[in-house]
Amino acid sequence: MLVNQISVFLENKSGRLAEVTKILGANDIDISALSIADTTDFGILRLIVNKPEKAEGILKENGFTVSCTNVIAIAVEDKPGGLSAALDILEGSSIGIEYMYAFVGKTTNEALVILRVEDPQRAIKELSNSNIKVLSSEMVYKL
Amino acid sequence: MQYWNPTYECMTREEMQRVQTERLINTVKKIYHNVPFFRDKMQKKGIEPCDIKSLEDLKNLPFTYKQDLRDTYPYGLFSAPLSDIVRLHASSGTTGKQIVVGYTRRDIDTWAEVMARTLANAGATKESFVQVAYGYGLFTGGLGAHYGAERIGASVIPISGGNTKRQLQIMKDFGTTILACTPSYALYLAEELAEAGIKKEDLKLKAGVFGAEPWSSNMRKEIEERLGIIAIDIYGLSEIIGPGVATECHCQNGLHVQEDHFIPEIINPDTEEVLPPGTKGELVFTTITKEGMPLIRYRTRDISSLNYDKCECGRTLVRMSKVSGRSDDMLIIRGVNVFPSQIESVLLEMGETAPHYLLIVDRIENLDTLEVWVEMTQGMFSDEVKKIEDLERKIKKEIENTLGINAKVKLVEPKTIERSEGKAKRVIDKRKI
Repeated sequence: MLVNQISVFLENKSGRLAEVTKILGANDIDISALSIADTTDFGILRLIVNKPEKAEGILKENGFTVSCTNVIAIAVEDKPGGLSAALDILEGSSIGIEYMYAFVGKTTNEALVILRVEDPQRAIKELSNSNIKVLSSEMVYKL
Repeated sequence: MQYWNPTYECMTREEMQRVQTERLINTVKKIYHNVPFFRDKMQKKGIEPCDIKSLEDLKNLPFTYKQDLRDTYPYGLFSAPLSDIVRLHASSGTTGKQIVVGYTRRDIDTWAEVMARTLANAGATKESFVQVAYGYGLFTGGLGAHYGAERIGASVIPISGGNTKRQLQIMKDFGTTILACTPSYALYLAEELAEAGIKKEDLKLKAGVFGAEPWSSNMRKEIEERLGIIAIDIYGLSEIIGPGVATECHCQNGLHVQEDHFIPEIINPDTEEVLPPGTKGELVFTTITKEGMPLIRYRTRDISSLNYDKCECGRTLVRMSKVSGRSDDMLIIRGVNVFPSQIESVLLEMGETAPHYLLIVDRIENLDTLEVWVEMTQGMFSDEVKKIEDLERKIKKEIENTLGINAKVKLVEPKTIERSEGKAKRVIDKRKI
């Protein structure tokens, strides 16, 4: 249930982001979701790809600093209140959220959310118990 | 012609050599008996005080290095008993340890004497108003200039550094005629005049004595233009006495060394062989009147040359050329001595092996800036922005603690810092001195 997310360190220089996507594209790696955390001097690019180990290897070979983080992916109803229901559960169980980003999946009525939480195993348990759909890693990589 | 002490400043070469010989012999005798560190050094070379009979014998004496002061921190090189030490100063140290210097009452007097000569060179008299904008404290600049000005009988304004608006207001209201500060600060003051609504014609400034950092002739022209003064270059170092070791005269053609107190030599920094006058090399000083912490053949790491020709001003004191560089990789940033290798040790302490870093030194609006680029490594990387920012802050804090100045820290992508075959290029100094 834990999904492998790739994080890449990028300096705030033009062309760095394009370089990453070019390399991934050239190596037949598909990006399902991404988000960028930016500060004045640098950014952290977070990617959900279909082949995370390969992506990590290829980017490292090309001189990038890469790390892997475990995140969880959930599917919520694509209607007002959908996300709030899921977040309530996490709050109710006192599980802190480090960051999250959302994207629309291929199924209608479903919005997909990637979350980094402080206790992923417990989060998965709490969410599943409350009937929130937690996606397996295979499902996520196939998106 | 304004000589503070014509007897010594215009002495014949023969007379000066007699004075220096006598003082050198006395100094060597005293430190041989009082300072075990020097005695050991001399004994290792097989030299005793009675072997020193003339200035020719100076080159047989061992050198003293900055490391020696660090190794004997704090009082290991003092020649006078601590109860006779009436003042302690310290210079910005490297690797965390400061260089400590101690003065007896007579040393303070000597210091005032050489600084009086320095200020008199700039035209100071007892009618002058001397604004001392060098920092007061452990740094020798402020108090050095202060005592020199007081010796002359000038009215001393001990304003120390900073608070530019107030500096300019006082300069105008108190009628400052002589300014003592670093050249970059002088330029900064000059540029702030307009902001403060003061015209240079409103000021009574006549001259300034500027030192503690390297400055170009262009910078001198600008300072002279903007403030309407003559800008005199002065040279000194805490280990020798502080400011007052050498000073330009109004000819602005070389700095007269107060050689009746400090004997200069120029050596080849690699072979330590003494070089003839006119040749560039590393400046070495031997103090011959200091009692608290006399030093024999102290290697300054500053590059200069000596000129024994009589100066147009009438002084016979040997002149040293403006310092043109360092014989090591030391930088002076905002008046603080910085060795690039210190950054390396900071990073190594933080657990980074073979860190790749680059120092970018620049001068923005007349103040030195330091930016340290550190290459990101797998070990340092984290998925959380907060953790990386914390790391940046930690590096910045460690650099501040070690170097004593604050630097901007920028984490850069791996391989962005140039690699080289030989000695890595660690510094990009964009300042045009």
